[in-house]
Amino acid sequence: MTTKMFGSPIKRVEDPRLLRGEGRYLDDLGHDSLIAAFVRSPHAHARIVDIDVTGALEVDGVVAVYTYDDLAEDAAATGSGVDKRLPLLIPHPALHAPRTGYPLAKDEVNHVGEAVVMVVARDRYVAEDACERIVVEYDFLPPVVGLDAAKAAENTVHEDVADNVAAHLVQEVGDVEAALATAPHTLTLDLHIERSASMPMEGKGVYAIWNGDEESLRVYSSTQAATSVRAAVAATLGMAQNKVECVAPDVGGGFGVKIVHPWPEEILVPWAARKLGEAGVAAEVKWTEDRREHFVSSAHERAQEQKVTVGFDDDGKLLAFDFTFWHDNGAYTPYGIIVPIVTSTQVLGPYKPGAYRCEFFSMYTNTVIVTPYRGAGRPQGCFAMERAMDAIAQYLGKDRTEVRSRNFIQPEEMPWDHQLTFQDGRPLVYDSGDYPASLEKIKALVGWDEFEKIRDEARAEGRKVGIGLATYVEGTGPGPYEGAHVIVETSGKVKAATGLTTQGQGHQTAFAQVVADELGVRVEDVEVTTGDTRRFRYAVGTFASRAAVMSGSAMHIAARKVREKALKIAAEALEVSVDDLELVDGVARVKGTPEGAVGASLPLSTIAVLSNPLRYAFDEASKAATQFAVGDVTKPPVAPGEEPGLEATGYHSPPRSTFASGMHAAVVETDPETAEIKILRYCVVHDCGHLINPRIVEGQIHGGVAQGVGGALYERMEYDEYGQLLNASYMDFLMPYVTEVPERIEIDHLETPSPLNPLGIKGAGEAGVIPSAALIASAIEDAEGFQIRSMPISPSELFHLREAHARGEVPAVARGGESNGRPGTKTRRKKEKETA
Amino acid sequence: MKPSPLRYFRPTSLPDALDVLARLGDEGKVLAGGQSLIPLLSMRLAAPPALVDINSVPGLDEITVDAGTLRFGALVRHTDLERSDAAFAAQPLLRRALLNVAHLTIRNRGTTVGSVVHSDPSAELPAVLTLLGGSVVAQSRAGGRQTERKIPASEFFIGPLESALRPEELAVAVEVPVAAPGEGTALVELARRHGDYAMCGVVARAVVEGEQLKSLHATYISAGDMGSVVDLGAEVGAVGADQVDLDALGAFARKVVETDGDIHATAEYRSHLVQVLTARAVRAAVDDAVNDVRKEAS
Repeated sequence: MTTKMFGSPIKRVEDPRLLRGEGRYLDDLGHDSLIAAFVRSPHAHARIVDIDVTGALEVDGVVAVYTYDDLAEDAAATGSGVDKRLPLLIPHPALHAPRTGYPLAKDEVNHVGEAVVMVVARDRYVAEDACERIVVEYDFLPPVVGLDAAKAAENTVHEDVADNVAAHLVQEVGDVEAALATAPHTLTLDLHIERSASMPMEGKGVYAIWNGDEESLRVYSSTQAATSVRAAVAATLGMAQNKVECVAPDVGGGFGVKIVHPWPEEILVPWAARKLGEAGVAAEVKWTEDRREHFVSSAHERAQEQKVTVGFDDDGKLLAFDFTFWHDNGAYTPYGIIVPIVTSTQVLGPYKPGAYRCEFFSMYTNTVIVTPYRGAGRPQGCFAMERAMDAIAQYLGKDRTEVRSRNFIQPEEMPWDHQLTFQDGRPLVYDSGDYPASLEKIKALVGWDEFEKIRDEARAEGRKVGIGLATYVEGTGPGPYEGAHVIVETSGKVKAATGLTTQGQGHQTAFAQVVADELGVRVEDVEVTTGDTRRFRYAVGTFASRAAVMSGSAMHIAARKVREKALKIAAEALEVSVDDLELVDGVARVKGTPEGAVGASLPLSTIAVLSNPLRYAFDEASKAATQFAVGDVTKPPVAPGEEPGLEATGYHSPPRSTFASGMHAAVVETDPETAEIKILRYCVVHDCGHLINPRIVEGQIHGGVAQGVGGALYERMEYDEYGQLLNASYMDFLMPYVTEVPERIEIDHLETPSPLNPLGIKGAGEAGVIPSAALIASAIEDAEGFQIRSMPISPSELFHLREAHARGEVPAVARGGESNGRPGTKTRRKKEKETA
Repeated sequence: MKPSPLRYFRPTSLPDALDVLARLGDEGKVLAGGQSLIPLLSMRLAAPPALVDINSVPGLDEITVDAGTLRFGALVRHTDLERSDAAFAAQPLLRRALLNVAHLTIRNRGTTVGSVVHSDPSAELPAVLTLLGGSVVAQSRAGGRQTERKIPASEFFIGPLESALRPEELAVAVEVPVAAPGEGTALVELARRHGDYAMCGVVARAVVEGEQLKSLHATYISAGDMGSVVDLGAEVGAVGADQVDLDALGAFARKVVETDGDIHATAEYRSHLVQVLTARAVRAAVDDAVNDVRKEAS
């Protein structure tokens, strides 16, 4: 009997291959291809005066050297669009001054690392030798680094954007000004969060093969959006889409940075392959990003300055939430303003904010572009809201969980309409969720109510420990759609394909579980392909925790269609009613008949054969489907409305996103002398609806927490005033090792199904990372007893905060439900401002 | 990230290696474990015209203890030295220090002598060698004649990434004195992440005779001057081993050890760590010395 696979924590089918080193990542392909390398701008802001490539051309093994002039020349000669600015992927009315770069810098460079010259050579060694010999003469322009400089606008990033503001968006629900004016209490917090980055272990990479006979391109890219890369390459090179194939091979992590496309190299490498192929030089070109390139020419995230003003009553109930922030979008805006939009909407978390107003300014700086990184604006929003919640609790002398529960949207109030527009252009409506239940679970898991004793005991020993808590709601599984194709081959094996890509999430396992249940086959008999336009042509991509929701649902829909078709064919062949049949153990059989009963069952393989009426038998089994073997001779072999083959395509396109949620709690200890910060416990309660595979979901949480710990305690992009990234290597950019991540992450699940898809699932990919900065700040604040307003935080910074606190420059906070020492906290008070 | 073009030599005997180095002069660079050099080459931060790979030179991988001296050759990997019981018995500080050197996989390839020669002020080994008064054994060949000189640590470390080793010389071994009776040592450091270069580290050595503290010295990692030893004993004076005023010593160290800021720690925080970690290292070293005395006595 086939057991139900949905919900089963089976091991990932892809792991043995990957763990044995048998993965095929981008750089494992194309051993004999030519290799590209780039001369990148060493300056944050400069005009290009002259480029002298003669030295490079003299290097033995160099095949071609291209500058912007070559792109312009090609465009003039062939009508290609390689001389155009890269596309603005997601336009938005509030993005009034969008700017994107060129594949190779035209007249100006706007950040260190921007590609200026492309060298194609025999190998990477030669290509880099040639790059060293290229002389680019620059006229320096003053760089704009950091939000303060961007706001001051004494200098501009783009000459025609005088205030450095790329976008300005205001959304308001209710009358915030009036609500603040009448609120019994108000608090204002000034907050800051630093830059980090996706940092997949495998950087980007592109490998293109030009087929001169077919005039077609095959492009391999380490991307999160294969179909869209194909569309962009075809459009830019002036080719028909069916002449371009795009394949995402094994991809060693994406975390958001690879959803951006086309990267300059995704245009230039195929372009060069075609150009050199047509010239009869060589038809294959590859570029593999190295780590230093990834730091300075991919994308970063997170940096924001925030101002939060909350109005609330004596119970801590929010009456108004006024949120203004400045978002550093770097030099260009190819991905639109998705990150700040996500911050501005997801800031609300599980709460009813009262009157709500959000205003943001997305600012240009002469730094690497900012595009979504796992969490994609949510960690910043969570930081703003959860810092405010803690501040309210401290102000009122209430327990931090009490203030939170006072503001929860209740389960019976679902669906909850925030009356805002979310990042998918759709209404921000929470589909389901049970936040009070989550809070109870997290309190029980971490032992919230018993912690005061632990803290007191530790304090008596001279130790500083603190507890923190943070909540989040995450919009997952946005549209527009994903599709899947499922086919049962005549071997009885099932092949399933979806267009979105995989970067290690375990899609091959999870999707196989969904399909196996519908078709009554073993998981190992289902082979899943992702991110290959040869196998599935329509897709959006892997981002925003959407793969399981979107492609998982599409797999279910496609497999359901195949199941219905199989049962219909079997019913006909067995001369029974469809309703009497079931699909189990790879056969359609009459319910209730003993295993192997004659004439009572038909294997899927046979059904697959019968599904495709044949003239020519190609093997023993297929004889059963040939023209003298089957069929009512009075009817067409393929009935009207039917199609040959035991296969189907299904699409899932929900009206809007589904909203997962969760709560994290942590206990930290800070060293009273050295200011080292250690996480003693890390607890997660997570609700992503029904779980396809709990093992995979927990793996996602573990990975997210690891990245969250990095963002809270270790990672930052150290730009100096000249726009030089000082820590552009793994030696100085401190991603946490396994030794820095809590040894054990305690997880409890809640399953509130989504009504928006057939499986009742919600996304799980980003959850682990969202609350970390808010959470660790809360716990450190609790341990130290003074305000934490900026993250990440290092021991050096904590040391200086202690000193500043001792000097009276950093205000104290009340801890763990203690009175905050302010008399009359229960009485109405007017407009007390916190000095943050 | 690929190295610039370079010539590669892999001599199979010590005389050959020394001849190649003599011939190359300034153009040659010795490759042993490569854990610092290869990344520098790949990032093109270093571009020596020639590499002399000594991994096929026999006889350089020995650890010996003889006449009060522990000696380890140029190809002894950190892991080998760390796990050598003979080396630990002779000078326990080495194992304590080596466990703080980067990560296991790096220690498996990286050589201890290479780490000394690299002369990185953030590394453990220069501070250890300086504190113990060890020396680098350097050999060279000219006109078919092999010469050797022993360079004491106090003269070897000239500054960050700069040593007294001459281009034609190969550091064939490092020598440290075997621990004296009543000697106790400790290394205490604080790094951002496990295995990172320390933001600050203190290596301390105490010698106790009977109940009395005879001497107390410290060297610093990522702080202070390379090659210099801070005489904490002079500050403490003649006291009982259990009477050392740790707070006063920490404050003293903070005054005399200079620090710089970088992206991981401000100079002020580093100075604070000098103070805190000096107290911790001294405590551990004195305890170690007292234990040694008791062990001897029993």
